Amino acid sequence: MSDVTSSAFQARGAARPRRDIGIRKRYAAERRFRAYGVTAILVGVFFLAVLLWTVISNGYTAFQQTVITLPITFAESVIDPKNERAQNPAKLMAANYPLLVRDALIKELGIDPNDRTKVKLATDMVSASSRTQLRDIVVANPSVIGTTMSVALLAEGNIDSANKGQIDLTADEANRKVKNQQLAWMDQLRQKGDLTKEFNTGLFTYGASSRPEAAGIGVAALGSFYMMLIVLVLALPIGVAASIYLEEFAPKNKFTDLIEVNINNLAAVPSIVYGLLGLAIFINFAGLPRSASLVGGLVLTLMTLPTIIIATRAALKAVPPSIRSAALGLGASKMQTIFHHVLPLAMPGILTGTIIGLAHALGETAPLLLIGMVAFVVDYPGSPLEPSTALPVQIYMWANEAERAFVERTSGAIMVLLAFLIVMNLGAILLRRRFERRW
Amino acid sequence: MSASFLFLLVLLIGFGAYLMARARAIAASQGRSASLHSLPGYHGAYVAIWTILPATLVLIVWSLVGPQMIDREARLSLPTEVLQQGAAPVELAMGQVRAVARGLPLLTDTERAALEAGTLDVRATLATKGVALAGDTQPYMIKSAQKLNALSGTSTIAMTAVVLALSVAGALWSLRSISQRFRARNRVERVILAALVVASSIAILTTVGIVGSMLSEALRFFQSVSPTSFFFGTVWDPRFAAAGSTGSSGQFGLLPLLAGTLYIAFVAMLFAVPVGLFAAIYMSEYASRPVRSIAKPLLEILAGIPTIVYGFFALVTVGPFLRDISAELNGLVTGNYTNFIQAQSVLTAGIVMGIMLIPFVSSLSDDIITQVPRSLRDGSLGLGATRSETIKRVVLPAALPGIVGALLLTASRAVGETMIVVLAAGVAARMQLNPFEPMTTVTVKIVNQLTGDLEFTSPQTLVAFALGITLFTITLCLNIYALYIVRKYREQYE
Repeated sequence: MSDVTSSAFQARGAARPRRDIGIRKRYAAERRFRAYGVTAILVGVFFLAVLLWTVISNGYTAFQQTVITLPITFAESVIDPKNERAQNPAKLMAANYPLLVRDALIKELGIDPNDRTKVKLATDMVSASSRTQLRDIVVANPSVIGTTMSVALLAEGNIDSANKGQIDLTADEANRKVKNQQLAWMDQLRQKGDLTKEFNTGLFTYGASSRPEAAGIGVAALGSFYMMLIVLVLALPIGVAASIYLEEFAPKNKFTDLIEVNINNLAAVPSIVYGLLGLAIFINFAGLPRSASLVGGLVLTLMTLPTIIIATRAALKAVPPSIRSAALGLGASKMQTIFHHVLPLAMPGILTGTIIGLAHALGETAPLLLIGMVAFVVDYPGSPLEPSTALPVQIYMWANEAERAFVERTSGAIMVLLAFLIVMNLGAILLRRRFERRW
Repeated sequence: MSASFLFLLVLLIGFGAYLMARARAIAASQGRSASLHSLPGYHGAYVAIWTILPATLVLIVWSLVGPQMIDREARLSLPTEVLQQGAAPVELAMGQVRAVARGLPLLTDTERAALEAGTLDVRATLATKGVALAGDTQPYMIKSAQKLNALSGTSTIAMTAVVLALSVAGALWSLRSISQRFRARNRVERVILAALVVASSIAILTTVGIVGSMLSEALRFFQSVSPTSFFFGTVWDPRFAAAGSTGSSGQFGLLPLLAGTLYIAFVAMLFAVPVGLFAAIYMSEYASRPVRSIAKPLLEILAGIPTIVYGFFALVTVGPFLRDISAELNGLVTGNYTNFIQAQSVLTAGIVMGIMLIPFVSSLSDDIITQVPRSLRDGSLGLGATRSETIKRVVLPAALPGIVGALLLTASRAVGETMIVVLAAGVAARMQLNPFEPMTTVTVKIVNQLTGDLEFTSPQTLVAFALGITLFTITLCLNIYALYIVRKYREQYE
């Protein structure tokens, strides 16, 4: 019985053999091909995630800073031993403020003042910027002399890193930047509530510094702001004017063809070439000052112009011809048609292109390196002609520093830069969503 | 009167003239505004243009040319024995003269009297006023400085007079022509059109500026280093010359830099092209709308991230990761835990640059693939081909020229990329084939040669412009060819 059925089944199978046209293979190939596509997208997204994770995991701690609060006695015998401050206020500028910090630490931690190594270790825990901090307090209000006041001092970069748990404490003490004694003191201070982590406002207000705890992006951000302002003021009108001519007026001839090819090429010229142009023309030939944000702004303007022109032309092209015909038909001149009707309708597209161009210019580093904006700028530039630096250049300079605290600040600065870029791009997207019209 | 204040004054006169002209046009219409050829505002604008434009042009030219002419006059006033000493001492003396000229107005009357008598210590006095002099002054320098100051005083007065006169004359002259039938609008529009033409020729000026400036500086470089030893030299060793020495010690061979540039770009393309191309194919042919609307912006975020961030990423993550993993691998295979990939290497720079290029490849190819007409796909699918077969046999061959163009554009970006290679590729200029070793690129060397305080006359800095023009030429050729291909391809399906 079973024999019969099995042979019958075989016979049926043999009678109609399925012709192998490789369909299974082809479908497998189809699936593989699809998988490649998915993999490719995942690879891209994966790297995006790793990049952002690197920046954020390294950088989120930069927004906090370890602060050591000490009761500082502004002893007259240290600040102004000869009581000359009434005649010579400059004395207050040059007083030995680190001594105040040292004395406060000795008292707070209970160190023997004659144990030099211990005293040195203790004073190393507080940032050297405490000198200017105390000096500013005293100069602003000389009546504090002779009193005791509790002052929040910045912790030194390595202590800050140790407090954030970024230093490998299992390593041999000799190879470590933070010694065991200092760690013990840190515990002691922490228990008293004198060693705390606070929001790092300095990151947003300070300028360049060789000490990570006193370094910030405030000065660089102001330089970047000047440059963006110059780019906006110059590139937007020039770019719009050029696009209007090319899109609406230009006759089709050799000259306009040349301009077309030129603009497309300029959009693809490496940015560093613009830096060389700025160096040769604006600095060597025109004699503008090096490191000035004016020069940086001009260079970035030339770099951004092609982007704005291309975006503006697309926006002008998208305005339907019926608008132009209607305006012309009612007796408007060509100029009036464009400025009264076409341009306002194209404005959302133009602004979107401009914002994207500005965002690009904000992140640009290479040309700025060549015009001398890799400068150690401590003070806020008062005008675009004064030496300044830019946000991405500050990131570049910090990236070359080895200390852990600088890695953290580099990432923190990158997060700020990316936040600006996200805001600008979101603004562009919203603008497009809100005002874009489909004709 | 300073130039900027003068400009403000001219603007003010222009505004006044605008109001006057408008009022006059309205008066000329005698209450019937339709009888005017142009609206009153155009009459106002016409007069304002005549008031502001010529005066401002004169102002700009004067403030550019004036100081140079004054400087030349002051230079000629130097004694002949100084002038005969050659360029450098004259330059030095002129520097002193300019500094003294800046300081002279700050002197008090008694000091000025002492100066006339020749008893004043000029250097010490000026130092107290915040004007630092490089050396002691000679009597002839004081004379020249006084002449300089006198000339620039005259020049400023003359400039103010000429500019204001021109502005008022323009206003009066153009106000006369206002009448009912005057075609003010056409004239104003002609000026606007001219402004538009000027704005659009800035693109050309930029290109001319790039080529001109780099070529002239590069030619200065080739005066001290022969072009053959630059273009065909295999050793890069610029050897920083001490300030003042002009000898071209050191070798400037382009080939190791070019090799590094092309090698890193090649590795980057090797990484970016498959990933970007497959991503583009998937997004244009397979992905549903929601997937596409999420994946496309995500990939484009990669294009919006500044390159300095990629450089940092290479420096702190990719480089150390490759170094450590190579040490682990080496240990597993040979038991010897030394790394064979350097943290700064061709591979590190190439991979990170590849990540940066993914969105360029994918969005450019996406555009091109979607331009392939639907009928081609429908025909292939209708004949029973699977989707992947349609893509491989029909869509990609049709899109190939465009994709090649897109890849060339991407390659030109890879060649010109700076910040990633500055941080990730290393500075050692050498020719070798091991991707695990550092190499350097043209852009890195441009940055290296130009950061720092260097004299702009030494070949060590001028070489940057020779490198720049080489880079510009390479990318220009790639771009022009790529744009030509893309344009031709677009026409094919339009």
